[in-house]
Amino acid sequence: MIHLTNFESFLLLSVLKVAVVLVITLTAVAYTVLLERKVIGHMQNRWGPSRVGPFGLLQPLVDGAKLFLKEDLMPLAVERPLFVLAPMIALGCALISIAVVPFGAITRVHGVDMFEIANVNIGLLVILGITSIGVYGIALSGWSSNNKYSLLGSLRSTAQVISYELALGLSLVGVVLRAQSLNLRTIVDSQSAHGMLSWNIFGGCQFVAFFIYLMAAYAETNRSPFDLPEAETELVAGYHTEYSSMKFAMFFMAEYANMITVSCVATLLFFGGASSPFGHLIPAMGGRVVQAILPVFWFVAKVFAFLFLYIWVRSTLPRFRYDQLMSFGWKFLLPLAMANIIVTSFILAMRG
Amino acid sequence: MQLAIFIIFGALALGGALNLLFQRHPINSALSLVVVMMSLAVLYWSLGAEFLAAAQVIVYSGAIMVLFVFVIMLLNAGEEQHTDGSRAAYTVGIPGAAAIFCLLSFVFLTERGALQTSNVGGDLGNGVDNIAAVSEILFTKQLLPFEVTSILILVAILGAVVLARKEQ
Repeated sequence: MIHLTNFESFLLLSVLKVAVVLVITLTAVAYTVLLERKVIGHMQNRWGPSRVGPFGLLQPLVDGAKLFLKEDLMPLAVERPLFVLAPMIALGCALISIAVVPFGAITRVHGVDMFEIANVNIGLLVILGITSIGVYGIALSGWSSNNKYSLLGSLRSTAQVISYELALGLSLVGVVLRAQSLNLRTIVDSQSAHGMLSWNIFGGCQFVAFFIYLMAAYAETNRSPFDLPEAETELVAGYHTEYSSMKFAMFFMAEYANMITVSCVATLLFFGGASSPFGHLIPAMGGRVVQAILPVFWFVAKVFAFLFLYIWVRSTLPRFRYDQLMSFGWKFLLPLAMANIIVTSFILAMRG
Repeated sequence: MQLAIFIIFGALALGGALNLLFQRHPINSALSLVVVMMSLAVLYWSLGAEFLAAAQVIVYSGAIMVLFVFVIMLLNAGEEQHTDGSRAAYTVGIPGAAAIFCLLSFVFLTERGALQTSNVGGDLGNGVDNIAAVSEILFTKQLLPFEVTSILILVAILGAVVLARKEQ
């Protein structure tokens, strides 16, 4: 075997990690779409996609092929460079933030942590920052399309995302106060003492913060019941009305990738990340490989539960009206998040 | 590698700033400003100020510049007319800018000893964790300026509310 220097093995393993995570995320995106169609189908008493492959399992591949082969229409009146750039920003920002998510226990191979792409000491702020940059994708797509429905959709979306970002950021402060760090790995470790009981949502008493986070996150990802930016009954399709083929697919993928990121963050911050809910009740079984894969299994299971919740909410709740959306964010969620910060820091100060 | 990061993002910041000046359409200028701010954030991070970098991205690129773009989109501002420029810009502006540039470089070069040399990008390799230190200074030594700034922002918010309120 060829001997590699430390830097070379770091580079190779990092590239490998990025490639694997990217492929898994994109596959997860494709199959979340299928999951959504299937689950909503069953909730509405119909079958959902069932023709392609067993149980319709190959449907995402066919959809992908269809979007690839479609004609890429470019309306004449669009602002060309920005029109092309917008879906790239949206998808890029959606995919980049997964890089700081630790999805397994620390497992080092040649000194490189295999279950996290980058362990950044301000991981939480990095995710918030990238999410706030993602707004440009939607804002620019609406403006550069030169279409009133697109513009209205993107204006709604921008206003909504900026408003709910405040509640979202403030809801995370309680968790940060408890963990005393912005590093996602440290935040996960701070909840790993007694299994489920020390998770932030139960033992940490951050359930108020969790519900604020959940609602703000639904608004951030433009998902139902906050899907006003693409309200198809009033805005045709919102900000991506003029997009077709792969450019439309990029917006579509960005939406689902954002859903996955938000679910990952909720898992990490409130549900103990990759730690087992049973803590040390179950003795460690199997060899090293099983011990490395088991945390990943727990992580994926929690993320899956959040994705299911997303879909469940979509098929249950009707859409908000725009003024209701704004007053809900500013007059209810924001003061509640502030109250949560004050109570949490007060209790922490009393204890310590 | 750290030096390469510094050079790339420094060049990107300069290029963005020049593009900001030369673009005709306001939205392109606004986007160039976003590029400048993001590159500056990377430079801050490479100097070990990771909290400042994150705040720069979240506050400036993610909130303030989005509002800029928002306003440009709402007003539907068209392309600017390029004029020959006012005479004041040529007689005062260019010498003024050159003078400020010379003054700043003179101060930085003469006070090199007092400013100390910073290790360009050296803080990227070994991660620092200075948020606790930043917040401690902010809430002990710099408490008064911090609170005064918050009151200033509160006044600005109240002003905005008064302006936005409908006439009864």
